Amino acid sequence: MSQSTGGSRSLEPSRTEAETGELFPPRGPLVEPERVIDLEGVTKVYRTGSIAVAALRGVSLSINTGEYVAIIGPSGSGKSTLMHILGCLDTPTTGTFRLAGENVSSMSETALAVVRNRRIGFVFQQFNLLATLTAWQNVELPLTYAGVGRSERKERAMAALARVGLAGRVHHRPGELSGGQQQRVAVARALVTEPDLILADEPTGNLDSVSAGDVLGLMDELHQAGRTLVLITHDIEVASAAGRVLGIRDGLITENTDRELENVR
Amino acid sequence: MSWLETFRTGLNGVRSHRLRSGLTVLGILIGIAAVILTVGLGEGAQAQVGSEITSLGTNLLTVSPGSSTSSSGIRGGFGTASTLTTADAAALASKQVAPDIKAVAPTTSSSETLTAGTSNWSTSVVGSTPSWLTVRGRSVTQGRFIDNQDVTDHEAVAVLGSTTAAELFSRIDPVGQTVNVNGVPMTVVGVLNTEGSSSSTSTTADPDDQVIVPITTAAERIFGGTSRNSVSSIIIQARSSAALTAAYQEADHLLLNLHGITTASDADFTITSSASLLSAATSVDRTLTILLGGVAAISLLVGGIGVMNIMLVSVTERIREIGLRKALGATPGLIRRQFLVEASVLGLTGGALGALLGIVGAIFLPGVVGDPITISPPATALALLVALAIGVSFGVYPASRAAHLAPIDALRSE
Repeated sequence: MSQSTGGSRSLEPSRTEAETGELFPPRGPLVEPERVIDLEGVTKVYRTGSIAVAALRGVSLSINTGEYVAIIGPSGSGKSTLMHILGCLDTPTTGTFRLAGENVSSMSETALAVVRNRRIGFVFQQFNLLATLTAWQNVELPLTYAGVGRSERKERAMAALARVGLAGRVHHRPGELSGGQQQRVAVARALVTEPDLILADEPTGNLDSVSAGDVLGLMDELHQAGRTLVLITHDIEVASAAGRVLGIRDGLITENTDRELENVR
Repeated sequence: MSWLETFRTGLNGVRSHRLRSGLTVLGILIGIAAVILTVGLGEGAQAQVGSEITSLGTNLLTVSPGSSTSSSGIRGGFGTASTLTTADAAALASKQVAPDIKAVAPTTSSSETLTAGTSNWSTSVVGSTPSWLTVRGRSVTQGRFIDNQDVTDHEAVAVLGSTTAAELFSRIDPVGQTVNVNGVPMTVVGVLNTEGSSSSTSTTADPDDQVIVPITTAAERIFGGTSRNSVSSIIIQARSSAALTAAYQEADHLLLNLHGITTASDADFTITSSASLLSAATSVDRTLTILLGGVAAISLLVGGIGVMNIMLVSVTERIREIGLRKALGATPGLIRRQFLVEASVLGLTGGALGALLGIVGAIFLPGVVGDPITISPPATALALLVALAIGVSFGVYPASRAAHLAPIDALRSE
C-alpha cells in the first residue's frame, strides 16, 4: 500500500513529551510501524518587515503508516502553518521534517513539487476544483503532473471516482455538483496518486452536517483501508473521528487530547 | 508532463475565457493586418513606379522653362515662364551640335473641352511634333500619327488617346470623324495604343486620355496667346541610357548659348531626367511606407502590451488555480510553460487571423482605393513569427510571476 521507505527508525516517537512537560503513554502496536511523518524541533518564523512572528515554536511529532491523526487548534494556533509544512507547501525555518524517510526540510521548490505530487494528497476546505474541467479531468490532474499516460490517467481517475461513490457523475463540472459531491471529487483527486499521506484541511468546513458526515465517513473508510490520514480542524467533533488527536496552541503541540475526547464521547 | 499536455492545458486556459482571449487576439490581429497591408501598399507602389521607369524609358530628359532652383531667392516660374521656344527645340535636334540627342519633341499642353456630335469630354490637349511618338515610346493602333507635313501646314488634325476616343466616339470608328477642340473643328487621323492603368500616380497624367495635335496648329488655332513660339516643355531622347549625361550637357550648353546666358546658375530653364523624377517619387513612396509601417508597428506593440496586460490579469485572477496546480505537483517550470503557451497561443492566433485579414484586404482593397497591394509570402511568414515572438516575450513576465507564486499564498487568496 504505502511506498514508505522507513528510513528514520532510530528516532524515538513522542518527543513532545519532553517539550510540553506532559506525560502521556506511548501508543501504537508492539511492532514499530514505518513512519510517514517525522517532525523534529520544527519552527517557523514569518517576517513582515522588521516584525518576526513565530508561528511554530518547536514542534516534534511522528505519524505512522496507517494512522488517522487529527490536529486540532483554534485559529492563530499555528495549525495552518503546520499543515503547510506537513504538506510540503512551505519549509521549516529550523528543525527537520522527514516525509516517508526523505528529508524535505531544505528542498528546492521544484523538488518539493515532485514530493507533493508523489507523496501527498490534499483535501481543502474550499474544494479547489477547477471549474472549467469535469470531475474526472480534475481527478486526473495530479497524474498529469506525474507524467502518467492519457489512457491510464482516465482509467485511474474513473476508479478513484467510483471509490468515492461518484461513478455516475464523472462528466459533471464542479458547478453541477453539490458541495458534498465536490468534496468527494477532491478526495478522489487526493487518492488517485496512491499517496503516502492524505492531508485534509478543514474538509467539512464548507459543508452542511449531512455532507460533512458523508465526507468524514469516507475518510474513515480510507483509514480502514490502511491509508494514512492527517485531518486539520478547529472542530472537536470532527477531530473525534480520528484515531489520535493532537492539540496545537501558540505554535506548540500542547496536549494529547485523547482523554478529553473520551469525555466528549 | 509533456509539451503536448502543457499545450492542452494552455489551450484550455485560453478557451475558458473566450471574450477576453478574443479581444486580446483582436489587438494582435489588427497590428499584423495593418503591418501586412501597409508594407504591401508600399511595395505595390514601388513596383508600380518601377514599371513606370521602364515604360517611360530611362534615356529621357525634359527641359522646362523657368527654374525651380531659388538660390538667388526670387527666380522661379518653373514650367510656367515662356522662355523655351520651337527654335530651341529645332536647335537641339541638330545632330552637329548635339550628337548624343536622338530625338526632340517640343510640347505645349492645355486642358480643353472637346465635342463630337453630342459628346463632351475635357482632357489634356498636347501640341507636338512627329517625334513625340518615339520619345514617348508609343504607337498608333488605328490610322496614323501627325506627320511633318501636318506641322508645317498647321493642319487641323488630331490623334486621340484610346480612352478619349472611347468617350467621344463610343461605337463608331473615330478615324475620319471631326472633333471640336476649343471650338476648332479637327479631323481625327489616328488613335494611340492603350498604355494601361498607371492612372492614379501623381507623376504622369493618364497616358490614354489625351489628344495630340501638331504643335503649330495648337499654338496658332487652339491655344492662341501672345508667345506663339513658346513651348511648355521639350522632351529629349538620348541615344541610349549611357549617353544621358552627355545629352544633358549638350542640351544645357546649347540652351545657355542660345539664350545668351553666361552663368549656369542664371539659367531660365530646367533640365530633369525622367529617372530623377521617378526616383524622387520612389523615395516619397518609401517614406510613406516607413511612416505607415511605423504606425502599424506601434499598433502591434500596443497589441503585445495588451497580451501582457491580459496575462497579468489572468495570473492574478487564477492565483488559486496556480496554487492548486502547485499543490498537486506542478513545478514552477511547468506553471511558467503553461502561461507561456497561453500567451503564444494568443499571439499566434492573432498573427494567423491578422495575416488572413491582410491577405483578404490585399485582394479586395485595390478595387476600392485603386492602389495595388503586393503581399510577399516571406513578409507574411515574418509577421507570424513576430506575432509569436510578441506573445512569448510579453508573456515571459506574467508567466514567471505565476511560476514564482508561493503555493501557500496562492491557495490562501480569495
